[in-house]
Amino acid sequence: MCGIAGVIHRNGTADLGDELTKMLQSMKHRGPDSTGYALYGPADDLVVIRFVLAEPNEAGGFNMEERLERNRAEVESRLAKIGANVATMTSETGYAFRATVRYSGELKPLADYLEDVPGCEVLSLGNSLEIIKDLGDAATVGEQYRLDGFTGTHGIGHVRMATESDVDLASAHPYWAYPFADVAVVHNGQLTNYHQWRRRLESNGHRFQSECDSEIIAVYLAEKMEGGLSLESAMKSSLDDLDGVFTYLCVTGNELGVAKDEMAAKPLVLMESDDLVAVATEEIAIRALVGHEVETRDPYEREVLVWQV
Amino acid sequence: MAGVSTAGSKSGISYDARGLVEPDAEAPHNSEIDGQKARFEATDLTTRQINKELRRLVYEEGITDVTIVNPGSKHSLAVGILKRCNITFEGSPGWFACGLIDGPTVHIDGRVGWSAGENMMSGSVVIERGAGSLTGAAIRGGDLVIKGDVGARTGIDQKGGTIIVMGSVGINTGFMMQRGRQIICGDAGDGLGDSMYDGKLYVGGTVASLGIDCVPGEWDDSDTEFIERKFANYGLGSPPEFQKFVCGKQLHNYDSLEPSERKLVI
Repeated sequence: MCGIAGVIHRNGTADLGDELTKMLQSMKHRGPDSTGYALYGPADDLVVIRFVLAEPNEAGGFNMEERLERNRAEVESRLAKIGANVATMTSETGYAFRATVRYSGELKPLADYLEDVPGCEVLSLGNSLEIIKDLGDAATVGEQYRLDGFTGTHGIGHVRMATESDVDLASAHPYWAYPFADVAVVHNGQLTNYHQWRRRLESNGHRFQSECDSEIIAVYLAEKMEGGLSLESAMKSSLDDLDGVFTYLCVTGNELGVAKDEMAAKPLVLMESDDLVAVATEEIAIRALVGHEVETRDPYEREVLVWQV
Repeated sequence: MAGVSTAGSKSGISYDARGLVEPDAEAPHNSEIDGQKARFEATDLTTRQINKELRRLVYEEGITDVTIVNPGSKHSLAVGILKRCNITFEGSPGWFACGLIDGPTVHIDGRVGWSAGENMMSGSVVIERGAGSLTGAAIRGGDLVIKGDVGARTGIDQKGGTIIVMGSVGINTGFMMQRGRQIICGDAGDGLGDSMYDGKLYVGGTVASLGIDCVPGEWDDSDTEFIERKFANYGLGSPPEFQKFVCGKQLHNYDSLEPSERKLVI
């Protein structure tokens, strides 16, 4: 199952964290195992890094506090070595961190270098993208990471019902398109040619954080965009290249896109106004956002829609 | 209540050990009753409370005309009502609205999510706006009228009754339908009537492509009479020109008889 939601404000910012928490919590019945957010705050010249040093399941493990502290210090020293000056580093949980750094080099060496620290997973990297994900429903994760008050222009979220893998952070959406800045995806469905695409993308030099089929969508799209395609064209080509059933949302620094497979097998409902576009697996999530009757529609099969900030 | 966990306490909804939602819900008794008519506000009610209140009115109070105000796209509302009555929604219910009903006349002043009116046996459901996919899945009787567009697989596995769509429909409409009729005024997506066993599809707009073993059918007076009668019945104006599609009978060799009818034939 799983539920996805996305929102984009086309004239200015809003309380994105609160909006997506409301939408995702209303779809808790679609997946109570984990909840994730990809949020875009105002971009500045700092690079935002969201990373974890342990799975939430292990966070109470033997000697974990000491190991986390040691590994955090290692991350800081590696950031310094690679030339990234840390402006801020905070953590609400002790295992998940948010850092802002002054850095102008390539992102892949930075991400690879950090991931080499024991237990370290880089959840997102970019000038405005921040991926927050953890176990539990949206109310729990939103509160844990103090997401109410996260101001931004657009974002996506996901509630997960674990059907084919563990209940853990590695399997939780959204997925960042490692190592491309500011690209993230949430997906509802199953890809049947996952292994083919994973091998192809790996042979192009990409690495994956998880065994999850959805992660290849992010890397696939980001690679196409790196090659010069627009988000819309990349998403259109994914309709032919990806097999299986899918409805997915992709976000970049200034866009939100929606794609639906040729069977229209997975649900999505869409509300569009001049200021605001909201999409969700179920209309109940849109109602949680706007609170009154609105005009909505289900996109049809093979529909690709992209909105800009 | 024993066995009720507070796992969902943040949303105010409780579950029992089997995962059943709100096992201890009670009808809120918040209706304004006026003779045979009743009306209640659903904004602050949970799905179970809305259904409990509706069932209390219809089955215990003998009310024949119930209006539910602001259903807020909540799922599974007015499911399994097996009595003749009038139910009106002022606002949009969510998925599975009015599934498994046998008898009610339902009017929905809003939109419905996936699987509206699934498995209905008799009665009618009129939806003023659009509906999601799987609308009228496996219905066996009654009329389902949608004034807007609907999603994919409308009337999948339809076994009777009539589905009328004033707008357009998505892919695989009438997939594996076995009986009944669909009147679609707008366009139809790919794979119309794919693998159908029997039944009739009327399409007013364009058809992207026909599914396997779905073929154009021969028009006769009974088609005209049927469509005009249904349009007059629901005040839908004058019907457009339709193309008719039926099963080519090349794919399946089953008959479409009910078990009781089969006995008569044999």
